[in-house]
Amino acid sequence: MIRVGVPSKGRLMQDCFDWFGARGVGMRRSGSDREYSGVIEGVEGVAPVLLSAGEIPRELAAGRIHLGVTGSDLVREQLGEDEVAEVAKLGFGHADLIIAVPNVWIDVETVDDLDAAAAAFRAAHGHRLRIATKYHRLVRDFLQRQGVADYQLVDSQGATEGTVKNGTAEAIADITSSGETLRANHLRILSDGLIHSSQAVLWASRVAEWSAEDLAGYAGLAAKLGVPARPF
Amino acid sequence: MTPKAAIRAEGERLLAAFVQAGAVPVEADILQPAGTLLDLYGEDIRARAYVTDDPVKGEMMLRPDFTVPVVQAHMAHGAEPARYAYLGEVFRKQARGSGRASEYLQVGYEVFDRASPEVADAEVFALFRDLLTGLDLRPVTGDIGILMAAVRGLETSDRRKAALLRHVWRPTRFKALLDRFAGRAPVPAGRLALLERLKAGSPAQLIAEAGTFVGLRSSEEIAARAEALVADAETPPIKATEAALLYDLLSLEAPAGHALSHLRGITPMLPAIGPAVDRFAARLDALAARGVDVATLAFEASHGRTALEYYDGFVFSFLGDGMPPVASGGRYDALTAVLGAGAFIPAVGGVIRPGLVARLKGAV
Repeated sequence: MIRVGVPSKGRLMQDCFDWFGARGVGMRRSGSDREYSGVIEGVEGVAPVLLSAGEIPRELAAGRIHLGVTGSDLVREQLGEDEVAEVAKLGFGHADLIIAVPNVWIDVETVDDLDAAAAAFRAAHGHRLRIATKYHRLVRDFLQRQGVADYQLVDSQGATEGTVKNGTAEAIADITSSGETLRANHLRILSDGLIHSSQAVLWASRVAEWSAEDLAGYAGLAAKLGVPARPF
Repeated sequence: MTPKAAIRAEGERLLAAFVQAGAVPVEADILQPAGTLLDLYGEDIRARAYVTDDPVKGEMMLRPDFTVPVVQAHMAHGAEPARYAYLGEVFRKQARGSGRASEYLQVGYEVFDRASPEVADAEVFALFRDLLTGLDLRPVTGDIGILMAAVRGLETSDRRKAALLRHVWRPTRFKALLDRFAGRAPVPAGRLALLERLKAGSPAQLIAEAGTFVGLRSSEEIAARAEALVADAETPPIKATEAALLYDLLSLEAPAGHALSHLRGITPMLPAIGPAVDRFAARLDALAARGVDVATLAFEASHGRTALEYYDGFVFSFLGDGMPPVASGGRYDALTAVLGAGAFIPAVGGVIRPGLVARLKGAV
């Protein structure tokens, strides 16, 4: 039996059900509204597993689910290419991981400016310029590729836009969809500060055990979804 | 013998050889305060070193190398001159699927000596060569001091020189800056728009117009950099002839003897590298005196310019096929100044990986 992890609530769940539904695979929650179990119709040998979107990367990495729908930001932050394969981009759940600085930094427009400002900031304040984020790996890889120095990442698991005003960071790296929260907090996105353009993706676990029966079931599902007949 | 025991035996043999050469054996803690290493190497080191938490001491790292604790110990209470040797595990995160060890032994030798840096460079290199004889390794040398001297000698603003020197160990960023300062790369669109805006009013006025002030970076700091950007835009590009010499230097790879002739040839056009080239020549003499054939010794001007390094002069590696460098080292004078809180002593040293030596000898 192939286990498919799908988001258990909210807009992401509905968009996900709609995406599968449009391809002839009916998916819905069963039982009461509070019960996290689901049913799938139109394919054989596939069982839905309703999970918090944030837990789906971990379940894919552990091989407890064969397939899973979650944002590419979470998977790229937490997993490697030897753990999951991308099956299909689903075209919803768009959000960008960006770097933003105070709007009053009139001298900072690009990552190059941020790097130079970080050098001067460190000399003036005696500590590295702090960037608040929860996406440590993606942000660090991005800044390392760009050759940025003299910064430090400080962890922020929520209300990241407020860290600059609260004095716990000089800049932020966070997910934004409209930019309104950034503007409300007097922040501005660097013109080349797009780290990752995220959307919902259907992933296949390379860690899960794929029996011959599972692969046959997958081929049936794949035919309906219009994706290659093998998961990777 | 189990592989680990065989590797440790190889490490003990090398350590004994370093002690025989005059070094005092020293120990270092495995748990190192993360703050020192982060301040030195920046956030990049988190991708390479294991970070853990101590309830009292805060963030700690599993020792990614010995150089920092050995330098700290020397700066705190070392007598001069000093030679130290050490043997122990270091811990490095490795890329997925690389198959590289994340925990391995390093055996090292460090020299703190003011007398004659070039002689000390040659001493370390020759000692390593002797210990690695018969393993069919390829030595490669370099000298980051020549590159740094060339940058310091450019006819351009101090700000541009400082920006280039700050990124000497990040070749991609260094090249991007050099391309821009030399007028080889166009000014990025974002920068042009920024300059237009900055010319539209005084920094104070623009900051006021930008809305609510947030953050620790003061309006004075912002204004100072805005003014520096405008001044930089009016700085003429680095002259084409000068830039060409620097590009040439970055890609210089030749046997050391040839490299010296080449550098002597360009010194009249880039006089600032003169003293660094003299030091290079003195080092080759010192190496030759120890029986190193400098006519064939590989020299690469950009060798050792990778992130997470701190070498600012002579650098060397001993390379084998299909494995990480078996040995590497170099001069790190600036590091002693940073860790010595004002005190400074010329320092050179290197490490050997006993695990790789044992593998090459067929012992594991």
